[in-house]
Amino acid sequence: MSRDILVIGGGIAGIQSSLDLAEMGFKVHLIERLPSIGGKMAQLDKTFPTNDCAI
Amino acid sequence: MSEKMDKKKVTPEDIRIGVYICDCGTNIAGHIDCSAVTSYAAKLPNVVYAKENLYTCSESGIAEIINGIKEHNLNRVVVASCSPRTHQPLFQSSCSQAGMNPYLFEMANIRDQCSWVHMQQREGGTEKAKDLVRMAAAKAAFLEPQKDIEASLVARTLVIGGGVAGLSAAEGLAGMGIEVILIEQESELGGLLRQIDTLGPEGDKASERVSGLIGALTARPNATIYTDSKMEEISGYIGNYDVTIRQEGKDQAIKEKVGCIVVATGALPLRPEGLFGYNGTNVITQIELEQRLKDKTCDAKDVVMIQCAGARSKEWQYCSRICCMIAVKNALIIKKQNPEANVHILYRDMQMYGTEKEKMLWEARGIGIRFDIYSADDPPDVKDGQVRFYQPLMGQTREIPSDLVVLSTPMVPREDAPELSQMMRVSIDQNNFFMEAHAKLRPLDFATDGIFVAGSARYPATVEEARSQGLGVASRVATILFKDKLVTSAIVAEINPETCVGCLGCQQMCPYEAITYNPELNVCEVNTILCKGCGCCASTCPSHSAQLRGFKPQQLLRQIRAV
Ligand SMILES: Cc1cc2nc3c(=O)[nH]c(=O)nc-3n(C[C@H](O)[C@H](O)[C@H](O)COP(=O)(O)OP(=O)(O)OC[C@H]3O[C@@H](n4cnc5c(N)ncnc54)[C@H](O)[C@@H]3O)c2cc1C
Repeated sequence: MSRDILVIGGGIAGIQSSLDLAEMGFKVHLIERLPSIGGKMAQLDKTFPTNDCAI
Repeated sequence: MSEKMDKKKVTPEDIRIGVYICDCGTNIAGHIDCSAVTSYAAKLPNVVYAKENLYTCSESGIAEIINGIKEHNLNRVVVASCSPRTHQPLFQSSCSQAGMNPYLFEMANIRDQCSWVHMQQREGGTEKAKDLVRMAAAKAAFLEPQKDIEASLVARTLVIGGGVAGLSAAEGLAGMGIEVILIEQESELGGLLRQIDTLGPEGDKASERVSGLIGALTARPNATIYTDSKMEEISGYIGNYDVTIRQEGKDQAIKEKVGCIVVATGALPLRPEGLFGYNGTNVITQIELEQRLKDKTCDAKDVVMIQCAGARSKEWQYCSRICCMIAVKNALIIKKQNPEANVHILYRDMQMYGTEKEKMLWEARGIGIRFDIYSADDPPDVKDGQVRFYQPLMGQTREIPSDLVVLSTPMVPREDAPELSQMMRVSIDQNNFFMEAHAKLRPLDFATDGIFVAGSARYPATVEEARSQGLGVASRVATILFKDKLVTSAIVAEINPETCVGCLGCQQMCPYEAITYNPELNVCEVNTILCKGCGCCASTCPSHSAQLRGFKPQQLLRQIRAV
């Protein structure tokens, strides 16, 4: 059984899953159709409710 | 720090610093002259190599650092680029990769604190960048190699609360092979779900769901369940918590060692004493209606439900967010059991978020459940089988008959939440709900390492939400306990026992309770796992006995004098 994990989508959900899985010791492959990861959140300026910078 | 002490330790001859100046595309190079900063850096004392990169954090930038260390025999690296918050760990790991101690790395922020704030001032900005690089190089020469701190981990987790959230967390953890201890203060597991009839929006029986969850957990050999139990004492820190559990009716307390803790203590529906004529017989709450639906003793013909009963008020300001769904769910059940029944829902705003709940609302309207808006300033009046309310849209007062009034009260925090939060040193919010470390980025973590939160303990949650949070918490715990040891940064405080007089000044300043007093030696001591390297102790200590590694007076003074 391969222990590698594929994550499809590089928005906040995909990135956080990948980070946690990598922390757990798995090799993660994250794929994203756009040239950069970050998804919708990366396009936002301030995010509710803490109003801090999305980037 | 006296001049004398400072001079004793002159810069050794063999310090070889490499400086990398980052263009950050046009973020830095667009506003300051990076080539000028690079050639300036090359002439600084102990600097043997300076290089400008388009993006130092890119693969080629990283390769430059690694090759530079090897080819030029560097033993210090300075990167002048963005904030250490963004890329310090990356650059440090590149240094390690090339065989250099990562604590001999220093960063100068010439982007956030220079090019971005001096966009129209190319010359001044360039000069400031040179200053920042010179200061970083001066400090770098005095950095000392450090070793990451390693501590043992107990690969077991304590889950407090046996509702959906706690059961799900425990099931997830046990399934991943992490030993779980679950404590529940009641004699039975299941939490609030034990008191609920049918679950919205799907419509399955709560009792079946609960027994499924309990069954899944009890089948696990690596899960220990203590009912009638509460945590009495806790000490320690991430990876090594010692907890004392008291089981009702038993003299002997149970002692357990765990690495992480999950708080899943839930919340309770408010008892609306004195509101809308609440009496528990013909004016009841939704949770009391659930019991009647379970017992099949609800035969009311004219039912009026009042939303936000006690919620969004002076005392309970927040929206409990699940009560609209609960009311619509129970209205549908009553109407389907008896199509002749009149069911009226008086609301301030309907909160039916998501696809499934919105569908329930349309179904309810479709089968003749009536919805009328009321205003908070002029709430409905409940009296002898009649509910009077003002319809702001029509501008008139209406009176409807009712043989049962059901109050949709908010979920409120448990009374002992503040006590539990103090015991574990985790935060609660202004309403006394437990509070996560960051509302968006760390929704399941507490700011205290190794402790997590799930379910209604944080905020009123549906079963689906409580379950996702429980399973999510299991993953968060696994990111810690799947490792064989805990590795933390060496940038922590140290207290010199030779000069410390045990004045306790540092202990009072420490926000992490990382400093303890040793009465035998009359000195203060640092717990290096709890210490976060904030430096409060170092700046307080009158005898300079407390110092922060990587930010010692010697290092900081060198940096300041280079201005
Ligand atoms: C009237 C009503 C109807 C509802 N209907 C629905 C519905 O149809 N659909 C839906 O999705 N959701 C519904 N809910 C919400 C549902 O009840 C919650 O989602 C669920 O109970 C949350 O689970 P939990 O594990 O977070 O908390 P809880 O179920 O409250 O469980 C917490 C557990 O922790 C224990 N505990 C507390 N403190 C301690 C301590 N210090 N030590 C040890 N144990 C402790 C408690 O005894 C309890 O067993 C309804 C809620 C109400 C009030």
